[in-house]
Amino acid sequence: MIAKEKPDGILLSFGGQTALNCGVELERRGVLKKYGVKVLGTPVETIRNTEDRQLFVDKLNEINKKTPRSFAVKTVSDAVKAAKKLGFPIIIRCAFSLGGQGSNICYEEESLKKSAAIALSNTPQILVEEYLGGWKEVEYEVVRDSYDNCITVCNMENFDPLGIHTGESIVVAPSQTLTNHEYHKLREISIAVIKHLGIIGECNIQFALDPKSDDYRIIEVNARLSRSSALASKATGYPLAFVAAKLALGYSLPELRNSITKSTTACFEPALDYIVVKIPRWDLKKFKNVSKLIGTGMKSVGEVMAIGRNFEESFQKALRMLDIGMYGLAANNMEFSDLDSELKNPTDERVFAIAEAFRKGYTVEKVNAFSRIDCWYLEKMKGIMDIEKEIRGKLSPEVLLRAKKAGFSDKQISLLQDKPELEIRKYRKENRIMPVVKQIDTLAAEYPAKTNYLYMTYNGIENDIEFSNKKTVIVLGSGAYRIGSSVEFDWCCVNAVFTLRKLGYNTIMINYNPETVSTDYDECDRLYFDELSFENVADIYDREKPEGVIISMGGQIPNNIAMKLRNYGCRIFGTKPESIDNAEDRYKFSSLLDRLGVEQPEWRELKSAKEAKEFAQKAGYPVLVRPSYVLSGAAMSVATNDDELQEYLTKASKVNQEYPVVISKFITNAREIEIDAVANNGKLVVWAVTEHLENAGVHSGDATMVLPPQKTYLETIRRIEKTARVIAHSLKITGPFNIQFLAKEGFIKVIECNLRASRSFPFVSKVLKTNFIELAVKMIMGRSVSEEVASQRTFATLDYVGVKAPQFSFSRLTGADPIVTVEMSSTGEVACLGEDAEEALLKSMLATGFRFPKKRVLLSIGGNENKVRMLETARVLKKLGLEICATEKTSKFLEQEGIGNTLLNKIGERKKPNIYDYLTGKKIDLVINIPIGMSWRERQDGYIIRRAAADFSIPLITNAQLAKSVVNAIAMKKHKDLQIKSWEEY
Amino acid sequence: MSAKLVLEDKSVFYGASFGASRSVAGEVVFNTSMVGYPEAMTDPSYRGQILVLTYPLVGNYGVPSDEKDELGLLKNFESDKIQISGLIISDYSYKHSHWSSVRSLADWMKKQNIPGIAGVDTRALTKKLREKGVMLGKMVIEGKIDFEDPNKRNLAAEVSVREKVVYNESGKKKVVLVDCGAKNNIIRSLAQRGCCVIRVPWDYNFLEEEFDGLMVSNGPGDPKMCDAAIKNVAATMKKGIPTFGICLGNQIVGLAAGCDTYKLKYGHRSQNQPCTDMETKRCYITTQNHGFAVDARKMPSGWEEWFRNENDGTNEGLRHKTKPFMSVQFHPEATPGPVDTAFLFDRFVGMMK
Repeated sequence: MIAKEKPDGILLSFGGQTALNCGVELERRGVLKKYGVKVLGTPVETIRNTEDRQLFVDKLNEINKKTPRSFAVKTVSDAVKAAKKLGFPIIIRCAFSLGGQGSNICYEEESLKKSAAIALSNTPQILVEEYLGGWKEVEYEVVRDSYDNCITVCNMENFDPLGIHTGESIVVAPSQTLTNHEYHKLREISIAVIKHLGIIGECNIQFALDPKSDDYRIIEVNARLSRSSALASKATGYPLAFVAAKLALGYSLPELRNSITKSTTACFEPALDYIVVKIPRWDLKKFKNVSKLIGTGMKSVGEVMAIGRNFEESFQKALRMLDIGMYGLAANNMEFSDLDSELKNPTDERVFAIAEAFRKGYTVEKVNAFSRIDCWYLEKMKGIMDIEKEIRGKLSPEVLLRAKKAGFSDKQISLLQDKPELEIRKYRKENRIMPVVKQIDTLAAEYPAKTNYLYMTYNGIENDIEFSNKKTVIVLGSGAYRIGSSVEFDWCCVNAVFTLRKLGYNTIMINYNPETVSTDYDECDRLYFDELSFENVADIYDREKPEGVIISMGGQIPNNIAMKLRNYGCRIFGTKPESIDNAEDRYKFSSLLDRLGVEQPEWRELKSAKEAKEFAQKAGYPVLVRPSYVLSGAAMSVATNDDELQEYLTKASKVNQEYPVVISKFITNAREIEIDAVANNGKLVVWAVTEHLENAGVHSGDATMVLPPQKTYLETIRRIEKTARVIAHSLKITGPFNIQFLAKEGFIKVIECNLRASRSFPFVSKVLKTNFIELAVKMIMGRSVSEEVASQRTFATLDYVGVKAPQFSFSRLTGADPIVTVEMSSTGEVACLGEDAEEALLKSMLATGFRFPKKRVLLSIGGNENKVRMLETARVLKKLGLEICATEKTSKFLEQEGIGNTLLNKIGERKKPNIYDYLTGKKIDLVINIPIGMSWRERQDGYIIRRAAADFSIPLITNAQLAKSVVNAIAMKKHKDLQIKSWEEY
Repeated sequence: MSAKLVLEDKSVFYGASFGASRSVAGEVVFNTSMVGYPEAMTDPSYRGQILVLTYPLVGNYGVPSDEKDELGLLKNFESDKIQISGLIISDYSYKHSHWSSVRSLADWMKKQNIPGIAGVDTRALTKKLREKGVMLGKMVIEGKIDFEDPNKRNLAAEVSVREKVVYNESGKKKVVLVDCGAKNNIIRSLAQRGCCVIRVPWDYNFLEEEFDGLMVSNGPGDPKMCDAAIKNVAATMKKGIPTFGICLGNQIVGLAAGCDTYKLKYGHRSQNQPCTDMETKRCYITTQNHGFAVDARKMPSGWEEWFRNENDGTNEGLRHKTKPFMSVQFHPEATPGPVDTAFLFDRFVGMMK
């Protein structure tokens, strides 16, 4: 791209660790020099000094700043030597890594050897370091310009002690337990370090602070914008990335303005008059075998941020925002078989274990001794649990007010009072206990602010803003990133707001995910950085009195409160909530399809386990079990026998108790096709049909999607369009929707329908160059789109192909089985365009970390059917001149078919050559492991191979169709054949 | 116990008392700092004022001990006692947690008979003070009380030492510190740099003393009340002795040089005030606590504006173009607040030959 575009400058610090590493590599290989590209902002040498641990330590020693005592080593035996010098426990860290990948605490030599080997396979150098477990972790976001003006925009304190990665920690801003001496001492060190390193722009510095003295260590400096800078920007209202970009261009800090007040300078340190709590969101339940312990590596997939005027309020809001079925800290139903162990060994559920401990009468001191979480936080949590006890008694206005100030929701109170939520709401309003709206203005009200960055609090008596009579529309956001709901829905929300503003509406955005664009306060007219609960949306609705609410952009969360909002009297724009309910409720939807004569897999609503078993035996295994109103196939499972069925039924019934669980026949060897569409008053207006590369059985979020379809019959596409028309008409859809189909032998069956924007809306919009959301919003608001639609190209006439591929994070999820199932497990996605499907596929695969195999491919194929199916693929690999290594049965089969291969012995066996040696020795470039069938037991066999591939970062393919397509593509194109073309050029 | 804050414009803010059970009157001011309540509350510049903290959570890390440093000053505080008349906050932390803490904020305040009100919407209160300017107010907790304007009193005289005190006697350079309410850290900052500090009452005639430099301290109230100090400073400068003023000291040096001073609408009380060195264009984050300012529109001959507030353009420092006289409106000694401008003490020590 540099050769083609010949840019003058390049920014390395805005794209996270990936961009930083890429930039360092470009510089190392002389690319930047060759093409005369100037690195803007922090120089590469500084980046290297922060990324290479030894250089970093040396730099800090020059100015007498303390770092943890440590040794950089390149071999396992040197690691052991270093550990002996420091004394166990020690922590090992990787240089050049993101999210603490490969970091580990080791208490003895054996575990050190194992961890060091894994870490050294990812990186040439690791650090063996003194372990400071239990210390406080504090970070500062620092900004410096090229004239040496330097400020700290925000400091943040981890609720969890050191030893838990900051991305895994609950974080508060500003720090709560630091004195003036500590706060400013660390601030002073931050500035001294950043000046000494020569950073220009923005960076983050992390400290360990002794909880028993004022001793400290500098843990690391990230010479780039990071997860923490995004959080700090939202927490303070200070636009770090914007300012950093200006500074990289040579502006000075004092000449930039504070974008909130417009009148004061950007060279200042925000004063907060609220407290921010960030909590990570994990999705560990989606993975088999995964360790739930949290520690120095990062496993969380998203985060939420809550704003309030005391800790209790922010904390309970944030816990609800996670959307993991918790009502806050109190009023949850969580059981722990070994509470003390939960407190000692933190998992994603530690907070609820602490709540339970206080409920059981544990003292703060005891919980502190186990968890090493600062007593200040524990006291606050205990206070919340004390109020829980109080609410269980008679509810008075005084108790209610106290509860609301401590962040209790109406729902939480209603559970403790055993009354309906709406009754609590009514009582609350009768007693005039209402939240007030406060502004985030960066200067704690010292100067008048023009900001519309808002939050709700019960700890106040006065609104900061007035409510206008303008024509206003509320757009509900998508909440925390999680598996199944990432930036896609935020893209939809931002485009919706953008379109509404273009149409002349005053827009209000409600969302609480600090990583999103929708929570940039300048995207909309008013941003409520607050909960997407019925209670909060209704409170905002009551105040703002908008024309209505758009709920179809933010994914599943807004969908789930659609009916409640409608029943409360809110006007919902677009498809009616009754229709949404008809599509979301599995029972209602299946009945509807029957009435419409649309085919679907044979199904039954579950009343009892006995009935389920009868159905399964009659229809024949495998069967699919799925609950209603869920996203990303949560608790959706394929059962191949009675025992598995029993297990999955229990799981599914826990996920959503308000709605029915449905069981249906799982059709094997079927293809999966989706339609993303927008309808107007029940009439289909624009649509795109996308096919999955993988057969059905892989969740649509984990599937590789191709647009336009390459292997689907025209007749099938025609039927899909027709069915979509029928469904759109019967549900009177106005707005975006998505339907998923199974296709087999010319027939199509509907398996899923969502009356909202789907995960693939941005993909189809970008491939087709038609903004489906813009069109959807115009239709929702009753505007004509006929001209725009007439001028659009349809997907069938594209002269290029788009492929969307999933990005998995298995290497971080210790123990998780790196395999795709009906429950989604990818954490992100990429999409690329190409002249043909092969080019687009290869580009997409490369973008997710795939590498072209150069020497050896390991084949391990379960079952005869798969072996036969993969035969041609093996021949192609051979023809490409690659050495094929194979596991026992696969090897024998290939041998019989005349395909020469190297037999590798199982990992557990001592016989050489051994798979483990080949994988750890980096002798294998690609692992193709195809499990036999759908069941967990059948899949166990290849687990060790798959896990080793993930641990040693070797490209892994576990799906037969994908493996075939990829190998065929490799046979057709070399890396150099892939064209460098911008989106505009297609 | 319920309590209320009544302002002179008749508005009332209700809350709960957490400090001493008594009513007080004073001038209501707000500070936007997020840390440092023990330091701020003992800063003599707050004499006569009811302090509103905009950061809502207060008391988190308790209050440290009364241990003394090697100079005999309270190590953890800025003077010998709490100087504010009362404290208004949003969320009092009834439980505190810190290794250096020996008591809760409430216990400390009760012991020193200082009232506090928690549960106040301090943002709403701050906005009012911002829009209408600082106001007189009274905290009504126990007993009747009337409004009282502290600025009619000579506040500097109230907080100044009664007699001369010498610190770090063996220090090589002798600095006279005119104490109009000096913070302990000014004395510490000078002593750490090898100075002997001769701390004298605000109106003390030090001209007969033998000294190498003059430090004019911070302090409360209207600078024009400090007439004796202004006169003495003017006389010192006439002799060409290096002079350094901080905060109120900036205003006194300004008045001595021939500038005028005025009262700001609501002052600067925070740890995030950006001040630009007019010559180098470097901008520093400073800690401040003042209600009056020097009018820098008309500079006496030989003088120049040294620092200016990057936010509102008010004066933040003065210096003489050729002679060793300088003063700043902010607090290079920090505590509480950022220490970025501590280098000014080095510069001052460097001026003394």
